[in-house]
Amino acid sequence: MKKEAPVPQEPLNVNRRHFFSQVSVGIGSIALGSLLIPDLFKGGATEVSESIPGLPHFAPKARRVIYLFQAGAPSQLETFDYKPLLLKRIGEDLPESIRNGQRLTGMTSEQETFPLMPSAAKFRQHGKSGAWVSDYFPHIASIADEICIVKSMHTEAINHDPAITFFQTGSQISGRPSMGSWMSYGLGSENKNLPSFVVLTSRGKGNSQGLYSKLWSSGFLDSRHQGVLLRSGKDPVLYLNDPEGISRHDKRELLDHVASLNKIHGAQTGDDEINARIAQYEMAYRMQMSVPEVMDVSKEPKSIVQLYGEDCQVPGTYAANALQARRLAENGVRFIQLYHQGWDQHGNLPNEMSGQAKDVDRASAALVLDLKQRGMLEDTLVIWGGEFGRTNYCQGKFNPADYGRDHHPRAFSIWMAGGGIKSGLSYGETDEFGYNVIKDPVHINDFHATLLYAMGLDHEQLTFKYQGRRFRLTDVAGTVVKDLLT
Amino acid sequence: MKRNIIILAILTAMIICIMALRKGIFQTGTASPTAFRMPETVDYNFHIKPILSDNCYACHGPDANKREAGLRLDLEEAAFSELAENPGHYAIVPGKPSKSALYERIISNDPQYIMPPPESDRILQDFEKELIKKWISQGGPFERHWAFIPPVKKPLPGINDPDWAQNEIDHFILEQLEAHQLTHAPRASYETLLRRMSLDLTGLPPTPEQAGSWPEDKSPGAIDKVIDQLLASPAYGERMTQSWLDVARYADSHGYQDDSYRTMWPWRDWVIHAFNENLPYDLFLTWQLAGDLLPDANSEQVLATGFNRNHPITQEGGVIQEEYRSTYVIDRTNTLGKGILGLTLECARCHDHKYDAISQQNYYELFAFFNQVDEKGIQMDAVQAANQQFFADPPYITVSEKEKDEVLAFVNLEKDQSIKVMVMNDDAPRTSYILNRGNYDEPTDSVHPGTPSKIFPYQADFPKNRLGLAQWVTHRQNPLTARVLVNRIWGLLFGRGLVETAEDFGVQGSLPSHPQLLDWLAVDFMEHHWDIKYLLKKIMSSATYQQSSEVTEAVKKADPENKYLARAGRFRMSGEMIRDYVLATSGLINREIGGPSVKPYQPPGLWEETNAGGDRGILTTYIPDEGDKLYRRSLYTFWKRTLPPASMSIFDAPTRDFCEVRRQKTNTPLQALALQNDIQMLEAARVLAQRIVKARPDDPGIVKEIFRRILIREPGSEELQVLEEYYDHALSNFLDNESDAEKLVAVGAYQAADTDPAKTAALMLTAQVLYNLDETITKE
Repeated sequence: MKKEAPVPQEPLNVNRRHFFSQVSVGIGSIALGSLLIPDLFKGGATEVSESIPGLPHFAPKARRVIYLFQAGAPSQLETFDYKPLLLKRIGEDLPESIRNGQRLTGMTSEQETFPLMPSAAKFRQHGKSGAWVSDYFPHIASIADEICIVKSMHTEAINHDPAITFFQTGSQISGRPSMGSWMSYGLGSENKNLPSFVVLTSRGKGNSQGLYSKLWSSGFLDSRHQGVLLRSGKDPVLYLNDPEGISRHDKRELLDHVASLNKIHGAQTGDDEINARIAQYEMAYRMQMSVPEVMDVSKEPKSIVQLYGEDCQVPGTYAANALQARRLAENGVRFIQLYHQGWDQHGNLPNEMSGQAKDVDRASAALVLDLKQRGMLEDTLVIWGGEFGRTNYCQGKFNPADYGRDHHPRAFSIWMAGGGIKSGLSYGETDEFGYNVIKDPVHINDFHATLLYAMGLDHEQLTFKYQGRRFRLTDVAGTVVKDLLT
Repeated sequence: MKRNIIILAILTAMIICIMALRKGIFQTGTASPTAFRMPETVDYNFHIKPILSDNCYACHGPDANKREAGLRLDLEEAAFSELAENPGHYAIVPGKPSKSALYERIISNDPQYIMPPPESDRILQDFEKELIKKWISQGGPFERHWAFIPPVKKPLPGINDPDWAQNEIDHFILEQLEAHQLTHAPRASYETLLRRMSLDLTGLPPTPEQAGSWPEDKSPGAIDKVIDQLLASPAYGERMTQSWLDVARYADSHGYQDDSYRTMWPWRDWVIHAFNENLPYDLFLTWQLAGDLLPDANSEQVLATGFNRNHPITQEGGVIQEEYRSTYVIDRTNTLGKGILGLTLECARCHDHKYDAISQQNYYELFAFFNQVDEKGIQMDAVQAANQQFFADPPYITVSEKEKDEVLAFVNLEKDQSIKVMVMNDDAPRTSYILNRGNYDEPTDSVHPGTPSKIFPYQADFPKNRLGLAQWVTHRQNPLTARVLVNRIWGLLFGRGLVETAEDFGVQGSLPSHPQLLDWLAVDFMEHHWDIKYLLKKIMSSATYQQSSEVTEAVKKADPENKYLARAGRFRMSGEMIRDYVLATSGLINREIGGPSVKPYQPPGLWEETNAGGDRGILTTYIPDEGDKLYRRSLYTFWKRTLPPASMSIFDAPTRDFCEVRRQKTNTPLQALALQNDIQMLEAARVLAQRIVKARPDDPGIVKEIFRRILIREPGSEELQVLEEYYDHALSNFLDNESDAEKLVAVGAYQAADTDPAKTAALMLTAQVLYNLDETITKE
């Protein structure tokens, strides 16, 4: 229709006092998520919206998190946990003293023997720290001195759904808020035009397991804190784009008239909720600009494309999402959750795993380097890892050329970088079989406690009362692993 | 000096306020200290227990494992006994606060002595300390938890303005309004009331024809007739079913990671049928809990037990059978608690309940009722199920044309279809055990089926199976079942229940705002044979319900949460109701009842991006339906648990992974985007515009007409002016840009009518303005 012209935005007649009177009306939460009446707090797009009074509990080391979740659970034995003994004892049965009563999934519990299987990948030490990294991950190896590898993670769950639910929400039982939602609830947002918790998904060619929207659900927290799925393609946020035939100017006109009519009715009914609705429409209008802007990687320089790899220009790939994550971090998104599917190697591990590694290796390392060169690594916490580990014995028939590994809860590896985490550290130790943690165990609850600590939050104090109980991300457990922190 | 004290008092108040904010006190909807008036007689249940429960029970409550110093404050006998660690002293000495260690400790300044201890992060407010003092002075009487005392009908309270009252309900409401110096609102306008009633009883707005045909006579008696008409509409059953589907965690997929197809929809058809037939609530529950165990159970009663098979079922190859089978039994137990009894039983799965008198043993006694099913943790994975071409795990019944001719006539079966529906049986008797920390592989003591006697003792003549459980649940002396239902219905109509925490009537749940009304309604409901239509009509015939929902400044200030109902509720509709509203007002709606769930528009790629791989079962790709299946009511929209319909999730629909009783009512930008750009919305606006333009090509009144169609009322002159100005402006723009108009009116699959594109596009956007109004998506 018409040429674009600057249009004045609907002035908001919601003031701060108004707003708080509404909150006490029982919206359910005093915390201000990113998606909440943004213009109340006048200022630029990067101004911090309010969090719960009194938070953070102490000076944060990290301001935001980028979680590179490797869904399906990559094997620790082909990534970071080097176990030469497995080669020496290849094909031998796992000693009962090492298994020590560990329950098994239905996929291997009927197996008569548990033949030990060494790593398909070669291992080398890297950097000044001498960290062991498998040859599947040359780029991550090259940043060995920037990252902190934790080899002593453990969990209770042995199946994907409860395990990944545990990692994301602190409980194997569905219904609790996701980590990102807790952060949004506790700390609010740094950008009034973007959600504070976003989710990006990608999939490799390896055997994959489904993802579920409950993983980024806000549970019993206000649904403002829910993760917003950003998708590749035309509509990065659901329903973001206006239909064909409507220009930006038309949309403005339409919204102005919606607002005028809402106001007339608001005056009649006296309900403040109508003002809140007007504000949400304004936020939506701004998101229509801000989201595509932040998603548009076309203006990234060549050097960046080279850093992340050519794939970063193919929407929907892990590399594109990693680059996207950096852009979102730059724009003040509090919690950026990536999922890369395809790590469930019950068979064909050597083939699948090297392919999966190729998908993520370069871009994961690039993200760390890119954040560093922008001075953002120090207050951005990057996490890389899956939901549990994998068995040191092979699943099915013994065949070193084509084997699989079953789920294993007792020991697995993840790495972290930036955001107050020590760099160049390999933390924790497993036994020679890579089966049990023998030093510095880190349970998922401990991991969550540490993560919150880095963000300036006391995991025992960040609570929400629901059904008569004060819930926390760490439930009733968790200890901050201070050794990991700078 | 005096001034100093005042300053000090203000400072203290501010600090308390800040602490309260930090504690999140204001999140729970408890009365704020400013509104507090010291009562004449302190009531244990309403004043004291909430304080003790929230601040003390964690260490001095029912959970034996966490109990400190051997002190227990939730039981009268224990609270009055000599302190185990301090002989000669007592926590509570009736009549003597200063001799009571409890009081001495809560007012202490000594961090070593004060209770709750500083590290607990719990802080008692002054008025709470005063209440405890007064309560002890009055003898410190204990009472059973209010919700466990069977309800009785108390005489109607006296009120100053009896003329306002239209039935008993109004007496209870007015008494509280008068006590809080509030006045009721005037009656809502007839238009508003009709829309409200229609939405409440059918989930749909009245059609213009309906609105026109309703009686001129606007007396309460005439309104009663309208209520009867609405209750008789088949849409009534659909509306009630919609709310039951959340409680019953109904879905069309199994959940967990493969999340493939299941065929439970004939059970959903039964629920619609049961509501429309007005099956009494006690039978409604009995059939769902134990229809299979009834003497000579017919296939309808067996089908009803699908309720307890609606939980997620794993299809992940590697699971341990017993772990998941036990998870299903736990889910049934929790659903009984949350959905039917209003109790958060799940807390007692791992340990004695910290607040409610439900022990871990009680929990597993309930668990035992549901633990006799001949079922497996995993029957077949998604691929096997797809190959077999049936989508139910045993036990199941088969619904085919033969049964359909008999008692299952209500199942909307296609020709020659034969559908397996999962149901309950007791064919695998098992001994049940208390599971340590809730873990399937840590059984401890064995238990028999049973119910917590503190709620209501299990009668000797009840069989020890689910049928007996159903008898216990629906017994007139069960203090919870009727209260919980009445409260849920109240919440549907008013936006919040008389007990706000509709899922939790336990000690930590919120207290009823009108306890006597709740009890009166519960007893009245049971006296009228658990008749849900009767209950709805009773509430809707009250002057309370028929008030205007307009918010005055005075009420906003005095009762911001509208707890005392000085006006009717005004709140956003559910995602389903919004979509149905748009389908209905545009004329697109397809009113077919029941049948397999349908796949309306959904943004492409959602299932594909998150599935477990394209070959895992039959729900990995979303292929929208065509034709009039796009316009079915939203309760028929296909529900995939791991990715529920986006247009519902955005409006706070639960995932249906477990029982939910209440939905949030948030207000977010994502909702604004969905209402603006969902094809379903745009298409509805286009079709409505086309219909109006086609019928009245040269009528200048089309703007007014479209307003009436969508908001079911006449526009005000200012409103009409704004809207007409918008239409004129849009029209002149589209006349200059016909190609934009043509692009715009091409949206949606519904057949286009041959109308002037510019006019249609302008009117379509006008409809969009209206569909995006707060009023349109709000029940006023």
